[in-house]
Amino acid sequence: MNLKLKIWRQKDSQTKGQFEEVDAKGVNPDMSFLEMLDVVNEDMVKTGKEPVAFDHDCREGICGSCSMVINGDPHGPQKGTTTCQLHMRTFKDGDTIHIEPWRATSFPVVRDLIVDRSAFDRIITAGGYISVATGNAQDANAIPVPKIDADWAFNAAACIGCGACVAACKNASAMLFVSAKTSHLGAMPQGKIEQEKRVSNMVAQMDAEGFGACTNTGACSAACPKEIKLENIAQLNRDLVKSSV
Amino acid sequence: MGITLDSKIPEGPIAEKWNKHKFDVKLVNPSNKRKFKVIVVGTGLAGASASSSLSELGYDVHAFCIHDSPRRAHSIAAQGGINAAKNYQNDGDSVHRLFYDTVKGGDFRSREANVFRLAQVSVDIIDQAVAQGVPFARDYGGLLDNRSFGGAQVSRTFYARGQTGQQLLIGAYSSMMKEVDRGGVKLHTRREMLDLVTVDGKARGITVRNLITGEIESHTADAVLLCSGGYGNVFFLSTNAKNSNCTAAWRAHKKGAAFANPCFTQIHPTCIPVSGDYQSKLTLMSESLRNDGRIWVPKEKGDKRKPVDIPEDERDYYLERVYPSFGNLAPRDVASRQAKYRHDEGKGVGATGKAVYLDFKDAIGRLGKQTISERYGNLFQMYEKITGDNPYKTPMRIYPAVHYTMGGLWVDYNLQSTIPGLHVLGEANFSDHGANRLGASALMQGLADGYFVIPATLGNYLADAKLEKLDENHEAFKNSKTEVEERLNKLLHSNGTKTVDEFHKELGHIMWDYVGMSRTQEGLEKAIKEITTLRESFYKEVRVPGEANYKNAEIEKAMRVADFLELGQLMAQDALDRAESCGGHFRYEFQTSEGEAKRNDAEFSHVSAYEFTGSDTAMNWQLHKENLEFKNVKLATRSYK
Repeated sequence: MNLKLKIWRQKDSQTKGQFEEVDAKGVNPDMSFLEMLDVVNEDMVKTGKEPVAFDHDCREGICGSCSMVINGDPHGPQKGTTTCQLHMRTFKDGDTIHIEPWRATSFPVVRDLIVDRSAFDRIITAGGYISVATGNAQDANAIPVPKIDADWAFNAAACIGCGACVAACKNASAMLFVSAKTSHLGAMPQGKIEQEKRVSNMVAQMDAEGFGACTNTGACSAACPKEIKLENIAQLNRDLVKSSV
Repeated sequence: MGITLDSKIPEGPIAEKWNKHKFDVKLVNPSNKRKFKVIVVGTGLAGASASSSLSELGYDVHAFCIHDSPRRAHSIAAQGGINAAKNYQNDGDSVHRLFYDTVKGGDFRSREANVFRLAQVSVDIIDQAVAQGVPFARDYGGLLDNRSFGGAQVSRTFYARGQTGQQLLIGAYSSMMKEVDRGGVKLHTRREMLDLVTVDGKARGITVRNLITGEIESHTADAVLLCSGGYGNVFFLSTNAKNSNCTAAWRAHKKGAAFANPCFTQIHPTCIPVSGDYQSKLTLMSESLRNDGRIWVPKEKGDKRKPVDIPEDERDYYLERVYPSFGNLAPRDVASRQAKYRHDEGKGVGATGKAVYLDFKDAIGRLGKQTISERYGNLFQMYEKITGDNPYKTPMRIYPAVHYTMGGLWVDYNLQSTIPGLHVLGEANFSDHGANRLGASALMQGLADGYFVIPATLGNYLADAKLEKLDENHEAFKNSKTEVEERLNKLLHSNGTKTVDEFHKELGHIMWDYVGMSRTQEGLEKAIKEITTLRESFYKEVRVPGEANYKNAEIEKAMRVADFLELGQLMAQDALDRAESCGGHFRYEFQTSEGEAKRNDAEFSHVSAYEFTGSDTAMNWQLHKENLEFKNVKLATRSYK
């Protein structure tokens, strides 16, 4: 199949960007979206152009590197799917596809489709951990964890830190990302002890990074490739109230 | 030449070596630790766990990674699980059994003392991970669940659905970020190590490239830890992440670190088959699927019926047939080779014939769809996304793919390479898996090295290393920087006709055809010739667009492929030298009448460690041998029948 791509090109964070029109010819429906871009890039290199810069790594939907808005949707049209796991069979011959980077003040564009997501690391640094030093642990089965809690924690811990939630939110809020981490750790007995401090510190850091406020529209959860649930935000709000009284 | 291989294995009975060694090693006074700067390259399981543990001890840790965040290291993609000799299942497991299984699984080409220590600390890893909040699978009583894995007859694998690597890495990452918060770890993201800097023969720092600005930076240290992963991407197509590469390890090798057993590569039996020329990587389907899935091909050659239309008695469940006691849980190298044989016999399935079926029909019938979905739901979903087929209804198609490299930089019992001060952890070293790694043992080794081994052994080096103070204006750092810039400029603006990926794919084809699942003398000799020619043409014909002062993926890839083109040759050379079959290294000339690997213990019971003695234009290596002694496990022919 043949496609028309409108790809965001931007030299660096200081320079203004614009869309560039590129033809993608002979696309195989079994290709992943990134493989389609690989082929386009190979062609660009051969014809003396500079290829499109994009973040990617594992290409298995787990590292959270890939980050592009496809036709207005973070990670594209398929639900619960990262860009690297999106396949071209989702598109039709002759389609025009707009490809843009995550758009959020807290995620400045580095080049083309690559953004700087270090704000997420700083939020984790503010409290997204359990304060246990190596060597201090008791036997792993000493504290049973009810399966229901472990499963809830796991579902929240499935977050890959890609930032699609922020890209999807009209306020560029990072609440789903933050709440996934606080839900995960807060559900485990080992993590409960620090929960209040964790929640208030991580939210404070989120605010300091310039992420917007949450108005519960749920766009984040709908765009999340790991389908992290909106209930995590409700849980975070409850924890936040608790930590402030 | 200059290298001597002293494994520094402590004296005494095997079960007491590690405890005795921990008492014997020299210690660094707590208040002196902060005066030592330690560079950690890579933030996967080994790097992140080492960074957090060393920072907790008080060292001044600087962690480097090529990603935008340390959490994206490729350990994240490990699916199936992590082994530990907890014996929670009361099925007869023990430290000794895990040790035995690992040595046997590695086809008797690993170092006994290292493997025993690995089995010992395995139990502490699970405790540590649970304390960090890792959400392992649990039963309804709230206790930890286990599953079984290839090469073992006990259930000792802890798991978090099919995302165990992710959850363990997030545990290690969060632990490291806790130390970033405290000020003990400084993060340097989007930095690629392009050289190791040595002063007076000791590792004293690294030269890195800032991947965003292109700036070449010098970083000094008192010790350098390489935790940079394996080199499976030399094959172009592998289950490794796209950015995984050998450059950090290879540059250390060229500065004097011996490279051990480079030909020991693991071909994983259960990956999604290649679908076309555009294929950029291969996706693993966790080995855990073999717990419940049954592997088969049609009995009849060239049977093109749909799998569901092939009746039971016309299917060959070949692993169950050939290996009745291990069946579908035969070790990875054995299962991969059997799949290749089926393809060679013309019984492969799918459009290319390079696939076999992995069928869940019986398991779904026995356990119900719900249970299968709880165990493997995300893997089934991933399979369907990639192939468009629904594994609940039709069998998966799988085929072997390059997955892991057992070889790596040579290290002694303290994880120190042949360069004093340079320590190597995780997949980047060679030490624990011999000629074949068992499933769920990579996570175990990465975390063992980082959480428990290096914190005990690093002090032994630093305590009396007597290191002079130096800064980045030291001549060695300036020279290294110049050398890196020259290497970069040699490739930058090259205006040939072929892309970096085209060269990489060509190299991959040579490696897969001649240095893959089955190797012959003739093929290996051919490979060496072809790689040499390819390397020469690379510098003449490659095209690298753009400049070096912004994010430029082509120059990053070019630098990595340049190193793969050298490493590939060493792998072929090692495979040629090792005139025996063992584990993942299968030399066609050396097989039993039943087609199994035939070891030659009299001549090859050793680690082959290569010292680089060549130049950039003439590759040359000197082979050194570390003899392997087996005092606690009887050398035997591996049998899984």
